[in-house]
Amino acid sequence: MGVPVTIRLQEADFDTAREIAAMSAGRTDVGAVVSFSGVCRGGPDGDAIDGLTLEHYPGMAEAEIGRHVAEALARWPLMGVTVIHRHGRIAPGENIVLVVTASSHRGAAFEAAEFLMDYLKTRAPFWKREERAAGANWVDAAAHDDAAAARWTKS
Amino acid sequence: MKVVYFAWVRERVGKAEEIVEPPAEVSTVGDLIGWLAGRGESYAHAFEAPNVIRAAIDHAHAPPQTVIAGAREIALFPPMTGG
Repeated sequence: MGVPVTIRLQEADFDTAREIAAMSAGRTDVGAVVSFSGVCRGGPDGDAIDGLTLEHYPGMAEAEIGRHVAEALARWPLMGVTVIHRHGRIAPGENIVLVVTASSHRGAAFEAAEFLMDYLKTRAPFWKREERAAGANWVDAAAHDDAAAARWTKS
Repeated sequence: MKVVYFAWVRERVGKAEEIVEPPAEVSTVGDLIGWLAGRGESYAHAFEAPNVIRAAIDHAHAPPQTVIAGAREIALFPPMTGG
């Protein structure tokens, strides 16, 4: 039986608790479930972010996430992977992304979740546009995100 | 071939997609970006920093030296900021 993999791109919000619970529901082999939630920040006072619009490349986004999930499955002994990424308009406090990984022990689940997030940040075709009182701006890519992704390719 | 644009590349070009027919000497992704940059003011603006532009051929990342022959869809976009 293959490892259960869920990849969803959607405009609607999702229920984080339900997604985490589903990872171990009805089975007794899972010993560790790790989740990462990416949430829209409101920004500091004086530089408040009114919301985000996430543009994505339909077709490629699913394919690219699928390739990284396949790589994670090859590198760690995982028992389940869920990746949900929203697109469209997202208000401060709302979910943007969820990664859930399951394994028999925590090490693999933690590492695979971090690997998937580092690649989602730098390789999955999504672009954030931040809305502020002064106007909307495309978010610049962060060099520290590239560095975070690059460490997974070191020997 | 079909070219699609995203985020500020799309905004600067002024369209989300188009069919282009580059000359035969335009053989790589990098060549295509250079050729597009010469198509007018909006393209020159979109592609003024070619090293920043990322590309995908048929839904897979493609570095600048990738040959474009046989591509169905080439996407050009800024560095990604998802997650």
